[in-house]
Amino acid sequence: MPLNISLEEIYETYRMTEKEHFDIRAVTLGINLLPCTSDNFSKLCKRVEKKIVTTARQFVKRAEKIDARFGIPIINKRLTITPAALVLSGALTGAAAEDRKRVVAFAKLLDHCAREVGVDFLGGFGALAEKGMSYADQTLVDAIPEALGSTEKICGFINLASSKAGINMRGVAKIGGIIRDLALNSENAIGAAKFVVFANAVSDNPFMAGGFHGVQEADNVLNVGISGPGVVRRTVEAAPRDLPLDEIAEIIKKTAFKITRAGELIGRELARDLGVRFGSLDLSLAPTTAVGDSVGRILEAMGLERVGTHGSTAALALLTDAIKKGGLMASSHIGGLSGAFVPVSEDVGLSEAVKIGALTIDKLEAMTTVCSVGLDMIPVPGDTKTTTISAIIADELAIGMMNNKTTAVRLIPVPGKKAGEMVSWGGLLGEAYIVPLHQENSDYFIWRKGQIPAPVTSFRN
Amino acid sequence: MNKDCEKDKDLAVVLVVGKDRSGIVAQISDFLWKEEINIEDISQKIMQGIFVMTMLVDLAGARSDLGVLAPKFEKLGEKTGLSIQIQHHQIFETMHRV
Repeated sequence: MPLNISLEEIYETYRMTEKEHFDIRAVTLGINLLPCTSDNFSKLCKRVEKKIVTTARQFVKRAEKIDARFGIPIINKRLTITPAALVLSGALTGAAAEDRKRVVAFAKLLDHCAREVGVDFLGGFGALAEKGMSYADQTLVDAIPEALGSTEKICGFINLASSKAGINMRGVAKIGGIIRDLALNSENAIGAAKFVVFANAVSDNPFMAGGFHGVQEADNVLNVGISGPGVVRRTVEAAPRDLPLDEIAEIIKKTAFKITRAGELIGRELARDLGVRFGSLDLSLAPTTAVGDSVGRILEAMGLERVGTHGSTAALALLTDAIKKGGLMASSHIGGLSGAFVPVSEDVGLSEAVKIGALTIDKLEAMTTVCSVGLDMIPVPGDTKTTTISAIIADELAIGMMNNKTTAVRLIPVPGKKAGEMVSWGGLLGEAYIVPLHQENSDYFIWRKGQIPAPVTSFRN
Repeated sequence: MNKDCEKDKDLAVVLVVGKDRSGIVAQISDFLWKEEINIEDISQKIMQGIFVMTMLVDLAGARSDLGVLAPKFEKLGEKTGLSIQIQHHQIFETMHRV
């Protein structure tokens, strides 16, 4: 048969993978653990181990095979499970100290399973508690510092707000302390990078640390997270400086379309190989520390001197929306978060902007109203009050609740570090400068606890 | 396109870019022959003195799969002073055709 693809198209595809870091960021296999529940803890553990290991045994090998076959790198292989608090609840007895030990043991068991099948991370060690916390939710949350501090591959989350239920401020007040303890409990506070607080959490998110397998999903589902800030940056940079913004949106949309199509092909092939359902495709520009693989740089390529300056929110809104539109045209299975992430430490452009003071916590918060997640990977001073952490979380969850969108917070209070100092984690987590926060306290607001009522959904001005 | 006869094929696209000189096609074809890769189509042009060739190849009868071949092509590129890359055909189809 003759080759029906033009030379320019072939060259474009090679350039995307070779030079611009287009990759499948994550293939994430969601596993329903509800069939494993038992009122006997050791029986539960045995069932969970068997279920995970038998379901995911071939997962990494098959993913590597698909990677080799199509020549597009699959960077991370991950598992998500049913929120752990639901799986554990039947096996807890009501004796708090004992139950806490069980929760930690369960985290260690999951960590062991993740190693056994060779995945990078296992997500879902968390709870859905936007309206209130069950005993299991509370026990799990109390055990988070120890559970995530003593394991390597386990990621945790908690959903504390939704547009339908409002914000669980009792939970928000509690979680400020949990995040501080988690940071104290791990080297260089890195444990806090494995825990996310959500509003309107999605059940099919393939990205970590906030991924979990929702109860409304089928038994075993493969979700795919595709990325490519480098590809989008290159197309924006290549455009003339006076190109109107609607045309910039158009070229971003076309690029998003192409990378989504490639991602769907690979996701479907892998799901077929594994004999599981293909769930959703999440096209999110997720930056990495590789040079050029930065969302900040895309916004700068649109014409901002530095990301964080006036115009950044508008530029990010254009970017997030164009990506969603391109993705939705390319695939009927778009899900997860889909948009652009702004994880400060993982994005060279954002990190530099923080260093010189162009990007502040307030501007970051404003930008999260139009990005696809929220305040992500933000290192804050180690002496930050827990009520301040809770108040930052409350602000971010309020944005999600009011705007019917997913928002999340992943703050890292780094012990011993002050605003402006550098912290380096290496690898994918990158390095960043500690972001200065407001010094005025929010104590009495947080101490009130209670619930912020759900917002009215019409009469919106 | 006749889909039926493509069923058993495992198509990939090879892109070769470099300075034009004699013997490039011969060197690449020799390598493909040794790896038992069948050439389905070749197109080649000289763009501003740069040699650009695309080949559609069938890996169905090849000695090794794309994952093993990709580094081999890279090595061949280093040896011959060309940039040679290979990628699965389906990627191009899905990315560039609605």
